[in-house]
Amino acid sequence: MDSHAIIATEGLTKDYVLGPHVVHALRGVSVAIDPGEFVAVMGPSGSGKSTFMNLLGCLDTPTAGRYWLDGRDVAGFGRDELARMRNAKIGFVFQMFNLLPRTSALENVELPLLYSGLPARERRGRARERLAAVGLADRGHHHPSQLSGGQQQRVAIARSLVNEPSVILADEPTGNLDTRTSVEILALLQRLNRAGLTIVLVTHEPDIAAYAGRVLAFRDGRLLSDEQRGAPLDAATALAALPADEEALA
Amino acid sequence: MTAALQSIRIALRSLRVNKLRSALTMLGIIIGVGAVITMVAVGAGAQARVAEQIQSLGSNLIIVLSGSVTSSGLRMGTGSQLTITEDDSAAIAREIPAVQVSAPMVRGNTQVVFGNLNWSTAIQGVTPDYFEARDWAVIDGRPISPEDNDGAGKVALVGQTTAFNLFGDADPLGQIIRIKKVPFTVVGLLDRKGQNSYGQDQDDIILIPMSSAKKKVLGKSNSNPRAVGSISIKIRPGEDMGEAENQIRELLRQRHRLQPYQDDDFWVRNLSEVLQTQEESSKVMTYLLAAIASVSLLVGGIGIMNIMLVSVTERTREIGLRMAVGARGRDILGQFLIEAVTLSLIGGLVGIAAGLGGAEALSYFAEWRTLVAPAAIALAFGFAAAVGVFFGFYPARKAARLDPIEALRYE
Ligand SMILES: Nc1ncnc2c1ncn2[C@@H]1O[C@H](COP(=O)(O)OP(=O)(O)OP(=O)(O)O)[C@@H](O)[C@H]1O
Ligand SMILES: [Mg+2]
Repeated sequence: MDSHAIIATEGLTKDYVLGPHVVHALRGVSVAIDPGEFVAVMGPSGSGKSTFMNLLGCLDTPTAGRYWLDGRDVAGFGRDELARMRNAKIGFVFQMFNLLPRTSALENVELPLLYSGLPARERRGRARERLAAVGLADRGHHHPSQLSGGQQQRVAIARSLVNEPSVILADEPTGNLDTRTSVEILALLQRLNRAGLTIVLVTHEPDIAAYAGRVLAFRDGRLLSDEQRGAPLDAATALAALPADEEALA
Repeated sequence: MTAALQSIRIALRSLRVNKLRSALTMLGIIIGVGAVITMVAVGAGAQARVAEQIQSLGSNLIIVLSGSVTSSGLRMGTGSQLTITEDDSAAIAREIPAVQVSAPMVRGNTQVVFGNLNWSTAIQGVTPDYFEARDWAVIDGRPISPEDNDGAGKVALVGQTTAFNLFGDADPLGQIIRIKKVPFTVVGLLDRKGQNSYGQDQDDIILIPMSSAKKKVLGKSNSNPRAVGSISIKIRPGEDMGEAENQIRELLRQRHRLQPYQDDDFWVRNLSEVLQTQEESSKVMTYLLAAIASVSLLVGGIGIMNIMLVSVTERTREIGLRMAVGARGRDILGQFLIEAVTLSLIGGLVGIAAGLGGAEALSYFAEWRTLVAPAAIALAFGFAAAVGVFFGFYPARKAARLDPIEALRYE
């Protein structure tokens, strides 16, 4: 057990019971992720990537195995304790953005702070700061329906950062975006990663995984390979090479 | 505290998003609370009226009227044939120890003239005991004295309505009025009594000595100059009213020499008892009205539950997201509960206004007496809040128990 690891799992297992059938979604995954890593999780559909991410994100509890998040064994935690862990340690970025409709970008970013008991003034300030960090300082009062897909995902990233989490978990964050916007999002994530943030990102596309420093490949609920990449692609460079687009950095 | 404020703000915002739906849901509560307040106000008004009548009647009062009651309870020829007399009254006072005072009275309606003003009003010929028997105070001047009665004095006391109609704001004392062309001097002003149980204005009245009434105004019965229309009898406090009533009836039957097979030729009535029965029934009516109105409040509550269930389903993804970023079950529960209670409380506030308006409108247009008790308002408001909590709880708990992963995936 690596004592420095921010995330460490040992024989992580998840079974779903569906009537008479048992689906073995995860069959004993042991992995350790150090602070500051940028990890891509790959694998065919149904290989257990999302199941793995849900467990890492404390949204679910494993059927068997251990899980240490930031040194704490959370496998036996109850619902309320898991909620606290999510609030304090995890930032989520979803494929579907999952912003609250009819709610301003600023208030969306603020949302996690509502549940950490921060005074209103401080919440507002921090939300503004994070929105500026993703380049949307001037869109604070826009509703999600008034933002492009890429902008919405950037709001979601700002939201995932607002609680100063230990890890960002992103399940196919570029799945709903075109190529250029995807690279923009990756450039943003790489910038955050270089500033010290740990990122775990699920993707189907090798092109996207190429920006990560480490790739975990899943198959049938098992970890097939765990590969360190010496020199991942730089998204900012890649972006410069792509044909310019008016909408690009709106 | 700030967390609660925060939840209220979140709740208010989500209610604003669906304005029409929120308004319609509130309407159920508005109608419910409004109905409870209006109905209780109507009931309380009726109760207050009866209570006032009991007050104005005088306490421990038994009235004896001329006339007969058949065995079937049918009353015959009241007043037309005067069968009871001043001597009956004196005998009642003398022979029944439970009687505090017994006051005979004759009554008629006639024109009263003051200057060039004409006013038709009730004239009562009374003895000095009448004021005590009816608990009727003289607020200005003096009552009728024994000398007035013995000497058929031409003095009169006026009720508030009569005084106002004849003299306006001027002092009634010392004024000369003409009753059947006979001049009377006003020596006293009676306290206000209000309406009696038949809705008659008891203040539209002039009291004069019994002897003067018989000799100069209303005339005597030819068959019996001592006859009177009624006797007001006040029973001493603490005495049994029913017992006293029986003794009076026995005494009068003896004095009138009625055989056992003959019906009473008089009529004994314990009026406060009648009114107490009325008071009881108006109380029951209040409860009944409140109960019926509460049903509509309950229906309003079911409306809230319905809308909250729809809202929880619609916002499943929102709930999942809130949970993912750290909301615990109780945070979600609180949010939806506050939403439901906010609906019911705003509905309750508007309902109170509607109820007050309804009560006001009823007393204005239907001229019903209504009485809005602060306790009824507090109760209706508390009931509305309870409805919000009760009917909001199930949907809120449903939301709080959602699985975050499934909620996030919900389409
Ligand atoms: N709630 C559930 N109940 C039953 N089975 C489930 C549940 N969630 C996932 N599974 C099953 O577990 C297995 C792994 O699913 P998972 O969602 O982790 O796959 P994935 O690698 O994320 O696939 P994709 O690339 O399509 O998103 C699948 O066979 C799936 O059917
Ligand atoms: Mg998946």
